[in-house]
Amino acid sequence: MQDAPIGPTSRRKSKYTPRAVPVSEDGERLTTSAMIASLDAEGRDTVAAPFGNALCDLAAKRDDIVGLTADLSKYTDLHVFANAYPDRFYQMGMAEQVMISAAAGLAREGFTPFATTYAVFASRRAYDFIIMAIAEENLPVKIVCALPGLTTGYGPSHQATEDLAIFRGMPNLTIVDPCDATEITQATHAIADFPGPVYMRLLRGKVPDVLGEYGYKFQLGKAQVIHGGSDVLFISTGFMTMRALDAAKALKAEGTDCAVLHVPTLKPLDTETIRTEAAKTGRLVVTLENHTITGGLGEAVAAELMRAGIHPAFDSIALPDEFLDAGALPTLHDQYGLSVRAITARVKTRL
Amino acid sequence: MSTETQHAGANVSLARRAWSIRRLALRMAEVQGQGYIGQALGVADVLAVSYFHALNYKPEDPEWEGRDRFYLSIGHYAIALYSAMIEAGILPEDELETYGMDDSRMPMSGMAAYTPGMEITGGSLGHGLGIAVGAALGLKRKKNPAFVYNMMSDGELGEGSTWEAVMSASAHQLDNLICVVDFNDQQADGPTTQALARGDEAPKWAAFGWHAQEVDGNDLDALVAAFDTARTLSDPRPRVIICKTQMCKGVPFLEEREITHFVRVDPSEWARAIAILDDAIPA
Repeated sequence: MQDAPIGPTSRRKSKYTPRAVPVSEDGERLTTSAMIASLDAEGRDTVAAPFGNALCDLAAKRDDIVGLTADLSKYTDLHVFANAYPDRFYQMGMAEQVMISAAAGLAREGFTPFATTYAVFASRRAYDFIIMAIAEENLPVKIVCALPGLTTGYGPSHQATEDLAIFRGMPNLTIVDPCDATEITQATHAIADFPGPVYMRLLRGKVPDVLGEYGYKFQLGKAQVIHGGSDVLFISTGFMTMRALDAAKALKAEGTDCAVLHVPTLKPLDTETIRTEAAKTGRLVVTLENHTITGGLGEAVAAELMRAGIHPAFDSIALPDEFLDAGALPTLHDQYGLSVRAITARVKTRL
Repeated sequence: MSTETQHAGANVSLARRAWSIRRLALRMAEVQGQGYIGQALGVADVLAVSYFHALNYKPEDPEWEGRDRFYLSIGHYAIALYSAMIEAGILPEDELETYGMDDSRMPMSGMAAYTPGMEITGGSLGHGLGIAVGAALGLKRKKNPAFVYNMMSDGELGEGSTWEAVMSASAHQLDNLICVVDFNDQQADGPTTQALARGDEAPKWAAFGWHAQEVDGNDLDALVAAFDTARTLSDPRPRVIICKTQMCKGVPFLEEREITHFVRVDPSEWARAIAILDDAIPA
């Protein structure tokens, strides 16, 4: 055995080296806090707090809707519901385990609880409680979590880059990763009507609205072609469908025709639609997800196509299997391959 | 209304109920050849007082909306609860011999989907009290006056989630929540008091805003008094009854064993243990 000294190990950055102030191409300072969970800096129409407002609409019709949070109502848009229905809102404090357990208890008594926190805390801290108190008993608890994947520059403590991998292994659990405000609104109603447990990723604050212009209607468990294309098939989930649509526009201008298949329900996966679309010959299939390359949409689609004997040219756009850097979100998206620029560059190398 | 009068055999004493629970548990463990018999024998008196004095329920309708909910957080105590529910008429006695077998409604660890009257899936320790918090909130929302009882073990006092639930119940003033802690000072690797729970438990719960009682969990009169206090107290605190019990209570040659978390019993010893109980049938 090697005679190694016992001592502290160094982290990946030379943290004692002074840095210059980072600026964007337009000369603006790039800050982390301005970017937290906000994807609205794209010149798009936005909707404020689509989840909180949808939950209020639901609560107006249904007495069984209750909301719980673990000290993050303002950061999951649940405060909109809390203000409108204070007697149906439970502040559970900074205690994710009991929030999830209590949601299970409320569901046992006939209520439909929406429990909110950040995706890191639900997936990492409360896992045992979600799987045993909720999933094993198939209770209708809806776990709705902000900051999925890489939607904050706060570093690994807040970046839930592996939440889908964690939750895909959980029996009974339905997993939804909505793209935009339109879909969050529709999905909130759909998961409330669904009788089982659901994990839904959430974009909060001012959320871009892009799917409305395509006449899109969310259906739980269904993948839908947003538009067709003969050269490339993007299979995307969450906000990466926004990026896929933008990348398709950019590539169209260069003569590459890209279809976009949006897969908002990760589990159960709409394997039939995915097989049908991927089997159409001659198209490069590219999966896109706001999640680590391990255990998310890309691996799920690849495995399904292998089982079905469908072998298109294939690539996956996802986050690397690493702890990601802190910083400004646009910088990080570009650095880790989720920006439109990075996507189009990658696709061109595969054509 | 005393719930003792609601159930069949109303004249049967609590001592006789506890004796029956012990005997049923021994018979179940004998079928399987093993089991958490130390816990079942130890907690039999607490379950007798729960099911034949304190709890409001209809044996023929385990999901009756007006029932008091009894959560078994400690899934491996299922053998004890099955015995109590057989004695209460919720489960049929002739299914006893299926305990732990394929396709049985009485698996080794308690699960809600398997067994009538088993409210939650326990077994991952530190879960029951948090679920009970939610159920107690839900009952209040529905203006249902039922209580939620959560039975947990002293070992679960080491789980951080227990203390999240303790704080939460207090913050939400859950006076419809009664936690019953079986304190037998025995967890898998040794005495609980040599691990995280050092034995001064009631003051901790009281400091967190609970009404806390500590009783001899094998003293039926003391248990009746403690449950009555917990049920009739008129203040907004959640209530805990810490029951100090003796593992393997009632079978002296097993009580003397050093390792009682999972008791090894030779095939010949089951009959001996049952004979010891049968020599002392209470009135």
